[in-house]
Amino acid sequence: MIEVMNEPKTRTPMPAPTREPVRRVGPPPPGEQPAMLIEHATKRFVVGRKKRPVVAVNDVSMSIRRGEIYGVLGANGSGKSTLIRLISTLLTIDSGRIEVLGHDVERHEMAVKQLINRVSVDAAFFKKLSPHENLAYAARLYGLDAGPARTEAIRILARLGIAEKRLNRPLEQMSRGMQQKVAIARALLTSPTVLLLDEPTTGLDPRSKLDVQAFIEEVRDTHDATIVLTTHDLAEAERLCDRIALINDGRLVAEGTPDELKALVASQHGGEPTMDSVFMTFTGRSLDDDHDDDENHDE
Amino acid sequence: MSMATRELRASFAFVERNFNLTKRYWGWEVAWLVYSLAAALAVAFIGVAQGDTRLLQVLVIGTIFWNFLSIVFGFIGETVTWERWEGTLEYTFMAPVRRYTQLVGSTLFAVSYAVIQMIVILVVMMLFFGLEFTGGNFLTAATFLVLGSISFVGVGMMAAILPLLYVERGDQMVFVIQSVILLFSGVYYSTDVLPDWMQFVSQFSPGTYVLDGIREGLINGTPVTELLHDVWPLLIMGAVLIPLGVKVFGIAERYAKRTGKLKRVG
Repeated sequence: MIEVMNEPKTRTPMPAPTREPVRRVGPPPPGEQPAMLIEHATKRFVVGRKKRPVVAVNDVSMSIRRGEIYGVLGANGSGKSTLIRLISTLLTIDSGRIEVLGHDVERHEMAVKQLINRVSVDAAFFKKLSPHENLAYAARLYGLDAGPARTEAIRILARLGIAEKRLNRPLEQMSRGMQQKVAIARALLTSPTVLLLDEPTTGLDPRSKLDVQAFIEEVRDTHDATIVLTTHDLAEAERLCDRIALINDGRLVAEGTPDELKALVASQHGGEPTMDSVFMTFTGRSLDDDHDDDENHDE
Repeated sequence: MSMATRELRASFAFVERNFNLTKRYWGWEVAWLVYSLAAALAVAFIGVAQGDTRLLQVLVIGTIFWNFLSIVFGFIGETVTWERWEGTLEYTFMAPVRRYTQLVGSTLFAVSYAVIQMIVILVVMMLFFGLEFTGGNFLTAATFLVLGSISFVGVGMMAAILPLLYVERGDQMVFVIQSVILLFSGVYYSTDVLPDWMQFVSQFSPGTYVLDGIREGLINGTPVTELLHDVWPLLIMGAVLIPLGVKVFGIAERYAKRTGKLKRVG
């Protein structure tokens, strides 16, 4: 069953997954602890010289099951990245609550930090340092032994097509696609229970994009990680995500599997059964439309 | 793994990272060392020009140990600026690391780096001017170096808050603080020559006590036990400023998270 959230309504259980029978898709059934629970999360900022208040995330609720890839789709400035930052403990929440495996992000910040990792749109690295040096830094920050972490990093990067000999060159000498792969390897190194991928393929060339997408699929199949993926790429969302939430003006406007969303648009709105049509129907604009209101506070 | 082991590893992360960055920016390191050496020599030549050995010693000690203290202060005070410039601030702040762990790691590296640079400059100065601190009390100098490092870490921690609160102007404010400490601490002169109001202000600078203690130790051979009037203020400043700095930094971090300033780059 699909959920359209133009008005607050009672959440109903999702049907069993159809795409991959072994995967658990949909909100957790009663009694099962969700990987992530967001209830009425709201975040406001004041922007500009006139201190104009902007609601970047507006009463958003979602419950994500362990092992799901949960897509968050929205135009620029819709509140996607703000939501990711709230989960990442990089922003404080104004009202509502967010829990990661039962740990409140505000009250149990350190516990949540141990459980999550994030790959942002801009690979946040010390660019002069090599992948090896950056990964060693990450490993130590998360309390890992640098030796085994290096072995694991080599394995992950080899899977992503980065040879061991490249590990000692400065990251600034690598392409953006390569850097993004190292960023994903760094995140996986800490074995996060929840992996937050904030537009990981934005700006990548088609080949790198496909590589990263294939790797996300592999992570889904081989790791016990729940993935929250924000993206601009509708095809990517359809390919990778078990469920998708559409965000517009900071509000969650629709949620469901890609097939459910497409079917809904086709049956109730008379649109084409495509993700483009889904996006246009629920946001009323194209992906390229920027949103001035909160661009200083990201999407 | 115990919490202590985890924190120790995390602390070492900052030492290793800064070491690697220093290695990668080796060209700049050489440039800074040459600049520091040139500046120290230039100031010392004022003493030579006056034909006054004691003045030369005062200037050499001032320039070398100010260089040490300003490195420690700079590393801590510019922590946020540096990470923001590299684009890693959010990554580091998202990691499960306590701020005091980060502080310990950053301090260990800063002090090690500053000691190495201090030794290089000191050796060059001694060779250049044939300086000898015969009869100098090196234990006194070392004690004040340690105490000075602690108190400057405290001041640096307080200063590090500014780039968190003021994304565009914070780093400039840190620079101004460093300049004010330089002016009021008697780096190249005795604070006795300052106007009364400046002498009053100089009492609140840890640099005043560090430089006075080191000069007393190296030039006059005064044991540290006779310099308690310089020791106590430094102990108090360290004991107050470090925990206060960590606490206030936490408040500032919370403010930055509330207003979205961690993400801002300028």
